[in-house]
Amino acid sequence: MRPRNIVGIMLAATVLGGAAAAQEVTLTIESWRNDDLTIWQDKIIPAFEAKNPGIKVVFAPTAPAQYNSALNAKLEAGTAGDLITCRPFDGSLQMFEKGYLADLSDMEVLDNFGPVAKSGWSTDDGSATYCIPMASVIHGFIYNKDAFAELGLEEPKTTDEFYALLDKIKEDGTYIPLAMGTADEWEAATMGYANIGSKYWKGEEGRKALIAGKSKLTDPEWVEPYRELARWGQYMGDGFEAQSYPDSQNLFTLGRAAIYPAGSWEISGFNAQADFEMGAFPPPVLPGGECYISDHVDIAMGLNPASPNQEAARTFLSWVGSAEFANLYSNALPGFFSLSNNPVTLEDPLAQEMMSWRESCSSTIRPFAQILGRGTPNLHTEYWVTSANVIRGTMTPEEAGQYMQDALDSWYTPPAQ
Amino acid sequence: MSAEQRPRRRWHIAVFLAPAVLVYTALMILPLFGTLKLSLYEAVDNRQVFVGFDNFATLFGDPNWSESFWRALKNNTWFFFIHMAVQNPIGIAIAAMLSVPALRFKAFYRTAIFIPTILSFVIVGFAWKLILSPLWGIAPGLLDMVGLRHLFQPWLGKEEYALTTIALISVWQFVGIPMMLIYAALLSIPDEILEAGEIDGITGMAAFWKIKLPLILPSIGIISILTFVGNFNAFDLVYTIEGAMAAPNFSTEVMGTFLFRTFFGHQTQPGDPNMGATIAMMMFLIILAGVTIYLFFIQTRMRRYQF
Repeated sequence: MRPRNIVGIMLAATVLGGAAAAQEVTLTIESWRNDDLTIWQDKIIPAFEAKNPGIKVVFAPTAPAQYNSALNAKLEAGTAGDLITCRPFDGSLQMFEKGYLADLSDMEVLDNFGPVAKSGWSTDDGSATYCIPMASVIHGFIYNKDAFAELGLEEPKTTDEFYALLDKIKEDGTYIPLAMGTADEWEAATMGYANIGSKYWKGEEGRKALIAGKSKLTDPEWVEPYRELARWGQYMGDGFEAQSYPDSQNLFTLGRAAIYPAGSWEISGFNAQADFEMGAFPPPVLPGGECYISDHVDIAMGLNPASPNQEAARTFLSWVGSAEFANLYSNALPGFFSLSNNPVTLEDPLAQEMMSWRESCSSTIRPFAQILGRGTPNLHTEYWVTSANVIRGTMTPEEAGQYMQDALDSWYTPPAQ
Repeated sequence: MSAEQRPRRRWHIAVFLAPAVLVYTALMILPLFGTLKLSLYEAVDNRQVFVGFDNFATLFGDPNWSESFWRALKNNTWFFFIHMAVQNPIGIAIAAMLSVPALRFKAFYRTAIFIPTILSFVIVGFAWKLILSPLWGIAPGLLDMVGLRHLFQPWLGKEEYALTTIALISVWQFVGIPMMLIYAALLSIPDEILEAGEIDGITGMAAFWKIKLPLILPSIGIISILTFVGNFNAFDLVYTIEGAMAAPNFSTEVMGTFLFRTFFGHQTQPGDPNMGATIAMMMFLIILAGVTIYLFFIQTRMRRYQF
């Protein structure tokens, strides 16, 4: 057989094969969650495929650090998958503005989500939503139940009780009161400032006032959280300045520390590592105050407008917004909570406890994630440094507030009222 | 004049130069001009627009940028100073001790001191992070054994110590380089000279200061310039130990980490290749200036001895 014939046969085979496959649509999901590959392959995708014969789904994740750049390159080259996992706020907003994410505002399934859930993937004025919210992470405190029982302690409800509790643990000396360090800086901001601060600025109300220019970062509601953080240093371990994030995790799971200022994503890791019972309490409220939690929108899914399988992709997205998906996803990944309004029951007690705070507390997202994290200097990274500085004691709370306001003023002009 | 008498074209020169010239042009010269070009443009609505030296004006004129830049430059200078003040004298001292003929286990010392140099930055960074860790490190325990526990500090987490600590870690890693170069230079000094000195009564330490040191000065010059270039390009060690944010409070920020965060972006802060290229150009110019000063003002005045 001459080479040309071989090529001809191969071409024919490709065309025929393509025709056979055309009856079955294959959707490809772009994602940075390569840790979740097996969960998607074994649990989530089979559940969808069983109900929707004719649609095959492939979960194709990239390493988290490369996700944004790799995805943008693929979108520009026109080789990206049909479904795109969306990071919250500006990353996805820029993609939407460039026309790489389809407008999904007309999808009925969006009615299953509240405004906070949608805020991460809507335009600034809220007129268009371009990703179906999947999950959020909640901040609070995870504690060592055995240690609490040993010292006869109870979950604190108010800030006064919280600090009295920390004093007691410190006095006893068996356990380090707070497992946190400032070497990596971001924990001080997300598990510190955003965690305990929302009760001062009253969650969404204060966050929106800041964006509207009605309040300043030098106002008491934004400085008070720093004052609280300034007290944390004395309860952290010896040499906390050089304690990194994995150090803190190990310190807690080895049972050497009593309380871990946490994000809910720690749950599965802690379940695997710690051999003691764990409990969780929400950020303590001010005496007589209301309860607020940081329930930060984290992950969503959108549609590539260049995908040839629009119909099938929308079917999948509708399913992602459904109650069934919410249950499946939240249980497969304890600590990543569905943003759906449909009630979800979680099997993991710690995750269930943290999710239950949504009923008794008002939810808000991290304060500088939306709009305010856009310019240079970027407030979302500046508050890492200021929070860590305040805990280290190298900056006073007032200086931190002033620094943040100056950074914001240097590029942000609130919309005219 | 007939054709035979013209000097023949010496093609072999071009042929032998070609590989180096091509590789160097493709990998060094073109990217350098690419960086220069990038630093003269700005992205407007996803298009690159020529803006002249505006980016440099921003870097030096806008306090948000200039403060970071000067801080990085200052830290870099301190980083270099520690290397010059600690690494090179120790390297010379070790080399001088190794060249003493009576010393035993020479090969062992030489290898042991040189080994950290061939280790990866990541290994060195993590090893020292663990050694100095207040939680699991052996540093607090060792100090406790000699009753000096109170001297222990979380050095890598304190603004006032972090940069110096990292510089000293780098010194530990690279002290083998000056040691090797100086050792080689010391070995090349002919015994006749030293013997002639001995006859004139110059022995022991005096022989080192009066004969050997002047003879190894050119090597010390080379080492200084290598240290300068290496230090102003430093990035890896700071990144592995303190992360891209150069914690605590940017106190370990060097030009390399500043460039990295600007060019590639960090967390929610998107990357800005144009400003990144501007910083890269400044790094290049600073290093170029340092090397030029060395070549034209120091090396030309250095006397070389032929044996």
